[in-house]
Amino acid sequence: MSEISGKIDDKSSPSGVIGWVDERLPILSFVRNHLTHYYTPKNFNFWYFFGSLAFLILFLQIFTGIFLAMHYKPDAKLAFDSVEFIMRDVNLGWLIRYMHSTGASAFFVVVYLHMFRALMYGSFKKPRELIWLFGVFIYLALMAEAFMGYLLPWGQTSYWGAQVIINLFTTIPFIGQELGIWIRGDFAISDPTLTRFFALHIVAVPMVILLLVILHLAALHTVGSNNPDGVEIKKHKDENGVPLDGIPFHPYYTVKDFVGIGVFLFLFALTVFFIPEMGGYFLEHANFIPANPLVTPDHIAPVWYFTPFYSILRAIPDPAYGALAMAMSIVVLFFMPWIDSNPIKSIRYRSMLFRINLFVFVIGFLILGYLGVKAPTPLYSALALRFSEMYFIFFALLYFYSSARGNLYSYIFTGAIVFLIAIYDVARITSDNYISVLIGLASVCIFIMFMTLTPLFSNLNKEKQVPDRITG
Amino acid sequence: MSSDSPDNSRRKFLTGSLSLVGGTGAAATLWPFLSSMAPSAKSRAAGAPVKVDISRLKDGEKIDLIWRKKPIWVVKRTKNMLDSINTNEGQHKDPMSENTEQQPDFAKNKFRSLKPEILVLEGVCTHLGCNPAFKSDENKFFCACHGSNFDLAGKVANGSPAGANLKVPPYRFEDENTIIVGELPQSDNESKG
Repeated sequence: MSEISGKIDDKSSPSGVIGWVDERLPILSFVRNHLTHYYTPKNFNFWYFFGSLAFLILFLQIFTGIFLAMHYKPDAKLAFDSVEFIMRDVNLGWLIRYMHSTGASAFFVVVYLHMFRALMYGSFKKPRELIWLFGVFIYLALMAEAFMGYLLPWGQTSYWGAQVIINLFTTIPFIGQELGIWIRGDFAISDPTLTRFFALHIVAVPMVILLLVILHLAALHTVGSNNPDGVEIKKHKDENGVPLDGIPFHPYYTVKDFVGIGVFLFLFALTVFFIPEMGGYFLEHANFIPANPLVTPDHIAPVWYFTPFYSILRAIPDPAYGALAMAMSIVVLFFMPWIDSNPIKSIRYRSMLFRINLFVFVIGFLILGYLGVKAPTPLYSALALRFSEMYFIFFALLYFYSSARGNLYSYIFTGAIVFLIAIYDVARITSDNYISVLIGLASVCIFIMFMTLTPLFSNLNKEKQVPDRITG
Repeated sequence: MSSDSPDNSRRKFLTGSLSLVGGTGAAATLWPFLSSMAPSAKSRAAGAPVKVDISRLKDGEKIDLIWRKKPIWVVKRTKNMLDSINTNEGQHKDPMSENTEQQPDFAKNKFRSLKPEILVLEGVCTHLGCNPAFKSDENKFFCACHGSNFDLAGKVANGSPAGANLKVPPYRFEDENTIIVGELPQSDNESKG
C-alpha cells in the first residue's frame, strides 16, 4: 500500500474511492504520467498547436460520423437521396454534414501544418523515428479514409474520383486488372464498391487510425517532445529528475491548447456556417449531381488535399510510371529519418541552404496542389513535371546536407541528378517542345547546382552552434 | 516584465471562467446532434392527418388504418355492442375516462366517441404496446401478449395488466361518412384557440 501510494502522489496519498480505484486501475497514475507530471519543453510555439487540434478533429469526425450514419443509406439506389434527406429533412442534418465535410478538409490542413512543423524542427530525427513513422501511417490511413468517405454521397465527383483512383491500381503489372475488379467487387464501380467503402470508412479505417494515434502518442511520451530549439530537455534535470527546461503538460499546455482550440473552432464555425463548400474545393459542385456511369463531368479534380500528388501522377505521361511516381512521393516520406541524418534538428541552427531548400519545397508543394485542380495545358503540364522533379530533389538535397561534403562528392552528386533529369528530357524532346523542355531543364539544373556547389565557394552551408539548453 | 511568483488566484479565475464558457458551448453543441435524432421533416410530414371513408363499413365491422405509423381502428358498433358498454365502477379501472391522456375531451363520455356507433381507437395496448384483437362475438378487445381485456369503448377491465384505457386519437367528421384522423373537431379547435 505504502509503496503504491508513494508512487501515485508525492504530496498526499489518494484515499477514498479514488485511492480504491487507483490501486486496481491506475487512472490517477496515468493522469500523472501523461498530464500533470509529463514534462514538455517550455518553449513550444504556434506550430505546436496542431497535434492537439488533429486529435480534436479526429474526435469531431467520429462524433459527427456516428450521427450521419444514423441517416445515411449505403445503397447505390438510395445513397444520393439519403444525403439530400440529411441536408433537407433531418433536423439540423445540414449542420452535421457540413461539420463532417469541413472537418475532413480541416483535418488535412492541420495534419499538413503538423508535418511541416516536424520538417522544420527535425522532429522525425533520432530518437523520434517511430513517432514519425506512425505519423506517416496515420497520414496514409487518413487519405484512405477521406477517399472512401468521398464516394459515399454517390455524386458525380464521388463516382469519377473513385474511378480514377481505383484505376491507379490497375496499372500494376500482371495483377492490376484483376486487382481493380476485386477492389470494386464488380466490373465497374457500383453498389458493392459503395457498401464496402462504407464499411471500411465507418468501421475499419477509423479503428486503424485510432490504434495508430495511440501508438504515435505512446512513442511520443516515451521519448518526449522535440521543441523549436531541437535540444533534448531530458539532458538537464534537477535533483528530483524533473527536466530544468520542462513544464508539466497540464495545466500549462492544456490551457494553452485551449486557446488554439478556440481560434480553430472560430475559423471552423465560420467555414461551416458561411462557406461550407469553400467555392467547390471542400465539396465539389459536380457532386451535387447523382453519379452517372455514362457521363464524366467536363472537369474532374480530386479534393484539394490530394492535388499535389495528383499533379505528380499527371506529370509523367504514362499510366504505370505516373502511378509509380505518385506512390514514391508518399513512400519517400517513410524514409525521412534516414534521408536527413544531419544531427542538428531545428531550422534555427541549420544552414541557409537548408532553409532555402525547405522554403522551395513548400512553395513547390503548393504549386503542385494548385496545378492539380486545374485542367492540364502544355504550360501547366511542363510546370507540373518540373515541380514534381523539385519535390524529389528536396529529399536528395536533405540527404546531401546530412554532413559536410567534399569537392569530388559534390560534383558527382550534382552531375548524377542533372544527368538523370537530362536523360528523361532527351528522351522526350521534339522540335515542337524543345523550347519549354530546355528552359525547364536549365531552371532545375541551375537550382541544383546552386544548392550543391555554392557550399564549395561560400558559407551558405554554414550551420550555427546548437545551444545546450532551451534559449527562449 | 512581471514578478516571479504568478498570481495563482487570477489564473484559477481565468481557467475557471474559460472552462465554464467552453463547457457551456460544448453542451450547447450537443443540441444539433440530439435534435437530429428526433423525427425528420419527412417523418413529420408522414404524420399528417389521414382521411378515411366509412360509407362501406357495415354494422359490427372494424377497419384498420395507419396514422403516425400506428394502427387506428374504426368500428361501427351494433345496438348489441353498445348495450354491452357500461361505466360500472367494479368492472373497469377508469370507468369514467378520467385519465385525460387517453382521449381528447370530446371522447370523455360513456361510449368514448363523437357518435355512439362509431368508435375510433389507437390499436395499441396500454400495457406494453401489442395489438389487441377484436373479439366481436365476446364484445371485447383482447390483448394476447399479456391477457389484457378492454370493452368495446376501449376501457380496460379490472384485473388486466394494462393500466389505462385504449387511447382515442384526435379525429373529426368531415361529413357523414368521412373521418379525418389527426385533427380535432372544428368546435374543439376553436374553443382551444
